[in-house]
Amino acid sequence: MMDVFVGASSTITSLGFSTAEHVKQIKAGRIGISIYPGGDLYPTPVPLSLVDTQQLLDLFREYLRKTKPDLQLDLFTRSEMLHILSISDVLKNSGVNIKDPRTLIILSTLKGNMDLLKKDRLPAIEPDRVYLWKWGEFLGSFFNSSNKPLVVSIACASGALAILVGSRLIKAGRYDHVIATGGDILTEFAVSGFQSFQSLSPQPCKPFDAARDGLSLGEGCGAIVLSRNHSLCGIPEKIAVAGGSCTNDANHISGPLRTGEMFYVAIRRALREASLGPSDIDYISAHGTGTDQYDETEAKALSWAGLKSVPVNSFKGYFGHTLGAAGIIESALAIASMRNNELFRSAGFENPGTSDHINILTDHIAREVNHCLKTASGFGGCNVAVVFKKI
Amino acid sequence: MIEDLILKLRKEIIDQLQLEGISPEEVDPEAPLFGEGGLGLDSIDVLEIVVLLDKNYGIKIRASKEGPKIFYSVKSIAEYILDQQKK
Amino acid sequence: MELLITRHMKLQKRRVWLNGAVEYLSEAGSVDQLFRDMYRHYDIDYPKFFKMDNLCKLAFLSTEILLRGTILLGKYPGEEVAIILENASSSLEYDQKHVESIRDRNKYFPSPSLFVYTIPNIMVAEIAIRHKVKGEHAVFILEQFDPGLIYHYVSELFRNQQVSCCLAGWVESYGDHYQSFLFVIEEEDKIRAFKGLQEYVIFDTVNTEKLFKGKSI
Repeated sequence: MMDVFVGASSTITSLGFSTAEHVKQIKAGRIGISIYPGGDLYPTPVPLSLVDTQQLLDLFREYLRKTKPDLQLDLFTRSEMLHILSISDVLKNSGVNIKDPRTLIILSTLKGNMDLLKKDRLPAIEPDRVYLWKWGEFLGSFFNSSNKPLVVSIACASGALAILVGSRLIKAGRYDHVIATGGDILTEFAVSGFQSFQSLSPQPCKPFDAARDGLSLGEGCGAIVLSRNHSLCGIPEKIAVAGGSCTNDANHISGPLRTGEMFYVAIRRALREASLGPSDIDYISAHGTGTDQYDETEAKALSWAGLKSVPVNSFKGYFGHTLGAAGIIESALAIASMRNNELFRSAGFENPGTSDHINILTDHIAREVNHCLKTASGFGGCNVAVVFKKI
Repeated sequence: MIEDLILKLRKEIIDQLQLEGISPEEVDPEAPLFGEGGLGLDSIDVLEIVVLLDKNYGIKIRASKEGPKIFYSVKSIAEYILDQQKK
Repeated sequence: MELLITRHMKLQKRRVWLNGAVEYLSEAGSVDQLFRDMYRHYDIDYPKFFKMDNLCKLAFLSTEILLRGTILLGKYPGEEVAIILENASSSLEYDQKHVESIRDRNKYFPSPSLFVYTIPNIMVAEIAIRHKVKGEHAVFILEQFDPGLIYHYVSELFRNQQVSCCLAGWVESYGDHYQSFLFVIEEEDKIRAFKGLQEYVIFDTVNTEKLFKGKSI
């Protein structure tokens, strides 16, 4: 039975431009969510987590200068800059060859280049790149990839599903390596939309906390190498995508199924595929957005699955809900926790706030982590569970 | 006064919520809007009524806190609007 | 374990094909009118249909046509049925509507029932809710229908015993353009052996593409 290994990763949010930088900032307790005073992204003040624009431009400009000196910055959208930096980072830190026909880029996103729909469009960019497939094609051809990237879009569970899709296509023998990427920029489109659902908190989000009152949107991008060939992965540890499942609540188009049943089924199936029981799981990286219903449902599902005493955190208290990036960058950080055998405090959490109490991390701790569960859910009744296992 | 507002609201709710095949006259102003037996509206419908109140009446509501009581029926919404307009 | 395509439908240019034969032809002048006419023609009673965007209406109608008169989904537990769809334009039509609703800061009223349709996977949710399909699902965004992707991905789901039945295909809607091709994949040994197994098509990339293009197998 073939193993699909995870490898080098990149993570970009308000906290920095690499996974290692994120680990450092999280250890130092830094929170990247701050009050946006009002402006282009939304008329009135709202907590948001934004990638540092100046740093992004400087890094990208430097990257172009070194690799494609003929190209100008204004040929790229913000989303494209983030994705190119993410993909190039993992390529640099692994042995995967992007031009190999056995390599695929998977792009997880909700809205891609959605800022291209605004009137004050960037002049040097084809408006067609608002189409997700065209945006994907642009990214692929930047790297001269043999295959057109595959875009996966199932709301906020996209990133976690992208890891499963990559793993499954490798196991199917279709590809040998996948760069599983996830990214979404912050736009007025998203902020106004979530505000219409009254789901944004007026304070930085507090996942699973008794005083939680909504999510905080964040901007992010990341990538993880997946390969059947561990020697190309770029990390010494052998960590495999051991199991995974995606289920649908079949209940409501935006609210979760409150019993948590299908979320529980996804978790149970992922564990079964990984040949693990609940007592084998050392750590859970939860979806944990900070909304009343979704956190309640997730806690129910984890409890139902026999996981209520397993240390769990949500990374969203550090850099917000990064939509299409969430499943990828949170998995990258979960894998970092496995590699370093250390777990991080769940930022924003003080007092248990769900009917089913789960074991939320309140401090950074050293802990041997051999098996990790990553969960995600999203609009449209999506539930995804992924199990990472040290081999 | 309230009767006129109720008549207006019934039509506005049907339009805003895209309720197909229901005429304003069929909406009993005192019947519960949500759950079984009423119009069977759901959580997104609550939020749409919030938008309607903001757009047409300039009233802002936090659905989760104040919603259940205000949105019980068309009549209770009308009463709330009139109450806010007095202020 | 052989996988078979046991039912398939196509909707484009005002025509509906079911298992290769035309079964509905419309004179409707617009996409909105066409979907409305089809809702009535197929005798559907589902008021939430009228709240959907056109992409979801297309996915919903296509699934109704595909499954109408069958006990197909009664054979399988909902959590073992998968929905794997490909699409090109995502929710672009409603994306533009949402942008329009926030264009003027003096008339700033973004709508939650519009915003929820600005992601393409809601079409999966609408099918799932209607037919109680609770299993694996995915939405892949591609320029054109890629039968090979569905073949490899779905085969792996069956091989790994994650699904026992799959609804798959292409659903695309933007402006005046709409096209859907949906089919059912089942395992050979789950189908009654004697009833015209020869009617069914072996599920592979070539056959899937032939059905999509309306070519004979």
